[in-house]
Amino acid sequence: MTDALNLLIGLVMGLNLVALASSRITSVISWIALQGLALGLMPLLIEGHHTWLVWPVAVATVALKGFLIPSLLRRAMRTVHIDREVRPLLGYVPSLLLGAATTIGAVALGAMMPLLPEHAHVLLAGGSFATASCGLLLMIVRSKAITQACGYLMLENGIYLFGLLLIGSTPLLVEAGILLDLTVAVFVIGIIVDRIQQEFDSLDTSVLTTLRE
Amino acid sequence: MITALHAMAQFALAVLIAPLLPGLVQVVKAWVAGRRGPPALQIYYDLLKLWRKGVVLSTTASPWHVAGPAVAWVALATAALVIPAGAAGAPIAFKGDALLFVYLLALARFCITGAALDTGSAFEGMGAAREVSFAVLGEAAMITALLALGLATHSVSLETMLAAGGGTGVALLAAGLFFVLLSENARVPFDDPNTHLELTMIHEVMVLDHGGPPLAVVLHGAALKLLLFSLMLVQVVWPLGAMPLALSLPMLAGSLVAVAVAIGLVESLLARLAFRRVPLFLTTAFLLCVFALLVTRGRGA
Amino acid sequence: MMELILVLLPFAGAGLALIWRGRRTRPYLLPVVGVGHAVVTTLLLLSPAEVDAGAWISSDALTRAVLPLVSLLFLVCGFYAVAYLRVREDRDHRIFVAALLAMQGLLSLALQAQHLGLLWIAAEATTLATIPLLHFNGTARAFEATWKYLLIGGTGIALSLLGAFCLGYASLQGTGGGDLTFRALTGSASTFATPWLVAAWVLLLAGFGTKMGLVPMHTWKPDAYGEAPGVVGVLLAGGVTTMAFVALLRVKQVVDAGGGTEMTQRTLLLIGLFSMVVAALFLLGTRDFKRMLAYSSVEHMGILAVGAAAGGAGIAAALFHVWTNGLTKASLFLAAGNLRRAAGASTVGEVAGMAWRVPVTSRLFVVGLLAITAIPPFGPFASVMSVVRAIFATGQPVSAAVFLFAMLLSFIGLTRLVFAIVDGRPRTRARGTGPQFAEARGILVPPLLFLLGSLWFGVAVPEPIRRQWDLAVRMLMPPS
Repeated sequence: MTDALNLLIGLVMGLNLVALASSRITSVISWIALQGLALGLMPLLIEGHHTWLVWPVAVATVALKGFLIPSLLRRAMRTVHIDREVRPLLGYVPSLLLGAATTIGAVALGAMMPLLPEHAHVLLAGGSFATASCGLLLMIVRSKAITQACGYLMLENGIYLFGLLLIGSTPLLVEAGILLDLTVAVFVIGIIVDRIQQEFDSLDTSVLTTLRE
Repeated sequence: MITALHAMAQFALAVLIAPLLPGLVQVVKAWVAGRRGPPALQIYYDLLKLWRKGVVLSTTASPWHVAGPAVAWVALATAALVIPAGAAGAPIAFKGDALLFVYLLALARFCITGAALDTGSAFEGMGAAREVSFAVLGEAAMITALLALGLATHSVSLETMLAAGGGTGVALLAAGLFFVLLSENARVPFDDPNTHLELTMIHEVMVLDHGGPPLAVVLHGAALKLLLFSLMLVQVVWPLGAMPLALSLPMLAGSLVAVAVAIGLVESLLARLAFRRVPLFLTTAFLLCVFALLVTRGRGA
Repeated sequence: MMELILVLLPFAGAGLALIWRGRRTRPYLLPVVGVGHAVVTTLLLLSPAEVDAGAWISSDALTRAVLPLVSLLFLVCGFYAVAYLRVREDRDHRIFVAALLAMQGLLSLALQAQHLGLLWIAAEATTLATIPLLHFNGTARAFEATWKYLLIGGTGIALSLLGAFCLGYASLQGTGGGDLTFRALTGSASTFATPWLVAAWVLLLAGFGTKMGLVPMHTWKPDAYGEAPGVVGVLLAGGVTTMAFVALLRVKQVVDAGGGTEMTQRTLLLIGLFSMVVAALFLLGTRDFKRMLAYSSVEHMGILAVGAAAGGAGIAAALFHVWTNGLTKASLFLAAGNLRRAAGASTVGEVAGMAWRVPVTSRLFVVGLLAITAIPPFGPFASVMSVVRAIFATGQPVSAAVFLFAMLLSFIGLTRLVFAIVDGRPRTRARGTGPQFAEARGILVPPLLFLLGSLWFGVAVPEPIRRQWDLAVRMLMPPS
């Protein structure tokens, strides 16, 4: 079980880097969706805390993170003319290398933190820090609004990963609350992106520069 | 213990069957495209035809233009002596021969690029520049892969490194090495071996001015290089060195065919990348090898 | 029971606002709910119920110390909003009213939350509920401000969730068993591993600091406060920042119980002083009087952080400052909103001489300015003095010097801008102040009331409220 879990976490970390290197916005959304799918399956692999509630939450997570939220983002893109990141703030190779370095650093940091014996060989802490920091990186180095929203989703994925460490003790109410907030957030993001598109005829956030001193 | 006869037989076999691999790739591509392509033995016919032709040299070319391919072939053949072939082992094996392998491949590349630059033509120069700059990233990936293998087996000799298979990071390592194979052997998506538009070639344009026997030598050298990389890839995936000889050799042969088929499929299904995107894929190959190294270090050490 | 009413009443009002058909009558929901909320809050303040151990929602001393302020802000702003929305006939206010009421419910929930997870859910929900409020004006600039707020605020909240999880894991490793109620966390904090405690504090400070608007997480504030209506500015500057500060105090209590007192005090002091100085520097250069208020808010959040770093007396002073800052800022935001509508613009180049156009509002604005820069006898003077006294008591004269220097710089920046707007030959972008803008009672009385409240607090703090502050400090400080 630990090996399967580690494999999934490795997949999630690999998807971080693939998303950082992608230039097409629809593929970034697809990678994040795949990541959400992998995350939804993880509660089922963590041993010892299988109450009946785990199954509905896993199904809900897969449905929300893997299908509903990406479809909301794709809907927000339907009026966009350009579906590629034309001018990212940092090139793809440097951001890929930076992401890899952050991943390595985060996994090292996770290994340094004191862990419970049952979590000692699982990469959850390191994987969570890595995904969260790659999400922050994606938000910072890209200029298209939807890619920034995908970076935010990646950040939330990383935090969800960390939440799995607590899955035994945190009532699933909190997990459900988090999921709900996330869905509403993405819904709102979709609306805002739509309005930005209408107002500025572009989703390039470098046009959002009128407000300054 | 490898006897001298055994070594010579293995060497002769490698030289003889090397041209089969590119031929197989052509067959697979033709099959996918639904046409009747050249036969699998086509490269042999090409080699024979080229051997009988004469050489036309540019006025600015020096003897290095003809010597380059020859030295490159010798380097690649020596590398073929160093790489193990499953349970049969390597004809020459000593501590540190992995580094020799890398340097021999680098020497081969240097000679070919040198011979290309020697013609004084702009096209060859362009191709040489591209080849060398992409090789930087490709070599970084390969050296990292060898590091991972060396760390897993605590040795610097190819025979021991490849005997046990790739260890825990084998999937990552194999993926990285496959990318390197495609890049070093000028395959799609890094370079299209069938294109003859000068502005889009890398490897083809470097040998544009060669003809006759030197071209035959270059062609055979390229086939040898493909064989070497395929052998390395195959032995990373399967622990062929630990199997009994009767099992190891057929598996090796079958895996080489599988690699050729895979290359053929990749060539048929993917399109050539724009040059500005090639560094990204090579960096991906490098990172795959780096992560394989870290996984090995994490598990083993 | 009463605690739940405080949360459910505004939500019921929000639901009602969404389905209410009458356009003219919908804004009246705001003062109605405000009155009900204020009544229940006053009852809770005067006759506090016993805190139920283990409950997720309850009104403890810290809640009662600040919830009346939030309730008062919503009450008076409710009346203001009625007059304001009557003038803004051009915009549909169904979602605006519903979002305002939802915010009131969520802030009540967050202030009373005794469980870290519940507090986080309420904080995240306030981020989302603020969105329709921020782009009420519907301009391109409003969308830009909303986008920045959403991204930066969302990131901050996400980081604070990670911090909460770090605390939870530390509790799981220790004796807490992963129970995220503040009572359980404080009780078992001494068994938490230091790396997790440090990680949790850093993340939670960054996260809730974003919502407060501490530097360097403040970048959304000038844009958001600059483009939002004045009413929204009041509730953000007085309500949401209070919620974030209370959350920070509760988390600080846990980390202190785990032995991190020196770390929390040092980081809070540094970030507070840094915020004050940076805000003061920006105040010297800004040209827009609504953004000016945002920077002033950043500075006062810095004051709160510095107060929280100065021990028990400092926390009491900070709670005092929450009240005075809230009341004075409320007056300033409402007056600034009036000015902007009268002038049609908010920058120095386009607006001047407002004292001749809108005399009463201008006077309120100037008096508010004097109040916020800590001129006696207004409230902020007394609270800032308490904070400075607390800093001196902890033996850090250099910090006090930096503090006072930043306040001087901000005084210069604020007066420069305000008098440029108010004095001089009248110049506005709007074509005169016709029926579009009239100094009606409905939009003048609320800022005046807030200003009088600030004056009252400066002269004599009401005894029940002061008692709550002392109780809150006693609850927060670990027994020495």
